[in-house]
Amino acid sequence: MNSDPLTGDDAVAILPTLVYSGRESLPLEQCLTIHRLMVRARVMEERMIKMSKSGLGHFWIGGPGEEAFNVALGLQIRRGQGPRYDYLHLHYRNSALMLALGMPVIESIRQMAMTATDSHSLGRNFVGHFCKREWNVIPVTSVIEVQYAMAPGTALMQKRLPDSEGVTVVLGGEAGTAEGDFASCLIWSTLPGREVPVLIVVTNNGYGISTPACSVHSERHVVDRGIPFGVPGEVVDGNDPIRAWHAVERGLMHCRATRTPFFLEANVSRLFGHSSSSGALRDRTQEDPIERFERILLDEGVDRGHLDQMHEDAHTEVEQAVEQALNEPMPRPEDVERYTYAASRPEIDAVYPDDYTGLPN
Amino acid sequence: MATLVQAVRLALHYGEEHLGVTDVFGEDVGPPLGGVFTATQGLRTAWNSPLDERGIIGMAMGIAYAGGRPVAEIQFCDYGFNVIDLLKVAGNQYWAGAGQYPLPMVVMTPSGSGIRGSLYHSHSFESWASRLPGWKIVMPSNALDAYGLMLSAIEDPNPVLVLLPKALLRVRGEQRLPGEPDDENELKERIDAPVGEARTTWQPRWPKMEPYFVPIGKASTVREGDACTVISYGRTLPLAVQAADELATELGNRAEVIDLRSIFPYDWKCISQSVSKTGRLLIVNEDTEVTNFGEHLLRRVIEHHFYDLLVRPRLLAGKHVPGIGLNQVYEQNTVPQLRHIKQAMSEVILEQA
Ligand SMILES: Cc1ncc(C[n+]2csc(CCOP(=O)(O)OP(=O)(O)O)c2C)c(N)n1
Repeated sequence: MNSDPLTGDDAVAILPTLVYSGRESLPLEQCLTIHRLMVRARVMEERMIKMSKSGLGHFWIGGPGEEAFNVALGLQIRRGQGPRYDYLHLHYRNSALMLALGMPVIESIRQMAMTATDSHSLGRNFVGHFCKREWNVIPVTSVIEVQYAMAPGTALMQKRLPDSEGVTVVLGGEAGTAEGDFASCLIWSTLPGREVPVLIVVTNNGYGISTPACSVHSERHVVDRGIPFGVPGEVVDGNDPIRAWHAVERGLMHCRATRTPFFLEANVSRLFGHSSSSGALRDRTQEDPIERFERILLDEGVDRGHLDQMHEDAHTEVEQAVEQALNEPMPRPEDVERYTYAASRPEIDAVYPDDYTGLPN
Repeated sequence: MATLVQAVRLALHYGEEHLGVTDVFGEDVGPPLGGVFTATQGLRTAWNSPLDERGIIGMAMGIAYAGGRPVAEIQFCDYGFNVIDLLKVAGNQYWAGAGQYPLPMVVMTPSGSGIRGSLYHSHSFESWASRLPGWKIVMPSNALDAYGLMLSAIEDPNPVLVLLPKALLRVRGEQRLPGEPDDENELKERIDAPVGEARTTWQPRWPKMEPYFVPIGKASTVREGDACTVISYGRTLPLAVQAADELATELGNRAEVIDLRSIFPYDWKCISQSVSKTGRLLIVNEDTEVTNFGEHLLRRVIEHHFYDLLVRPRLLAGKHVPGIGLNQVYEQNTVPQLRHIKQAMSEVILEQA
């Protein structure tokens, strides 16, 4: 930032060191970092919704309304490749988490625009379906809940490493927890004597597409389902980045230190409905975590101009990314079969020692 | 000679010691049982999982993502149906991420009829499996191939499904596995867990096995001939061989019998050359006949060899009924038996061109 966020002046200001939410707090500087990431994620998603409506992409699904929780989580991930770092089994609403990890905006835009430069899927997958091996981001699938069946596996490998603090984080919505894979996650994360360090996250937006959670679920909190397995957990207001930050910190610390699971249920908003299939219209009945956070920051004396500047910067950044992505090459017909198989050896596979090449001949 | 199931066990042992296998797991796979068919007795990395096939496949994927080499067992392929979408996802992960995550995982599962398993222990899986792009699928019909295909499955960096013909698991091989002791009793003593009390303290004394890879996608021509081509695999393969031998004596016509060994990728060269030579084709398997994997092979043969065919090619498969009944009247009349195979083979051989 160029000018002082409190006064708008270039002069050195006296910042209040901490911003409070109840009894929990974060340094103002960190709050501003979080705010900036939340705004960048929002502006990016809103631009991608536009792309889906103007024919520059097809389907849109994403995370507006989940920015507070996702940024708080993303900033606390130990990013890297291999079991010494954290594994991420994501849902399709985690763009803000990816930006918090350091992903450039254009990576999402490219996936939306289905370009060959889309490093997550070569223009193959829906937007928000990230895959980034260098950061242990496992390919996101649209198949609800399967990631919960896989998470104990990466966590098991992490547990086996001596002196490792790497943990596995798995995320999904509350409706998906009705799938058996969610129960599998609880069972396989708590095999007696073989508990594994997995942070089980459920972002609860109260809906599965159109079905209210309360009409098909009778458990008080999803997190209660951890109780019979001895998995500690908590419910957090996921629209409050300060509370979310500390809940995530407690959860991650538990997993890192004890090498056993922790369960976090975050109540979040869903600001544009389920996806472009339901119109991706702004839902004004839902609380907006950015507006809420900005009110707090303004109360702390942060300058409105600074906040506006963040939005403006994000728009500029996103527009540039869109412009660039739209000029990038598209996948070619010969990409269809590419990466079906990883390269083997002729003495192991006589037909496809390299990659798939069409039916055997 | 080792039985097919002993060969699998020896291969897994070799895999643990030399090919980086980190986990052999599934329902009842670890001690004390070592697998309902004993495929995993005595293995160092074998462990018992919860009774949850989706959890098993998810766990295998997770282990593979994080650098391990898992071999997971689905106790019977009949219980693989509730995990078909996860298998599909496992097959697409490398493609979905445009080459970022190879998934070196092996799933093994007993398949097919022949142990009086009735409705829920007699299913075949290869036709379903053949619709899972990204997977490689093999099905050995003898001990040596089981050893060699299992080692290839472990070495391959992609998901590989090893279908084990239930009916043949206890059949002894005719060829020695590399490293297998001469005396089959000695092998049994060394690697078969004793029953009863003795099992609790039992440790295997593994023979020093050697590597042997049967390439995935390579068929084996087990009988040469020019009267017709017979393609089979799994339980029906030895029956096809027997039928061919009997017909050779009775009719004097020698059928060429191909053990496909790999469902996908299949050995098209081998099929194509044989059909070009014989002009007559019979495919035999025991999966249900509607949308049967054999139909795909028929399609390719018809598209490529229409004008080479002397008579109409045929598929002999299991009946399209909901299950295989327990009374042997059902099994004998649902999936191909020796007499059906011999009958079909003689018709293909004798039909006027
Ligand atoms: C296994 C499966 N069943 C159904 C669907 C269709 N579907 C996509 S999203 C969704 C609702 C998911 O709700 P929730 O788990 O709460 O996540 P949210 O979208 O609210 O974040 C459904 C039913 C699917 N993708 N996968």
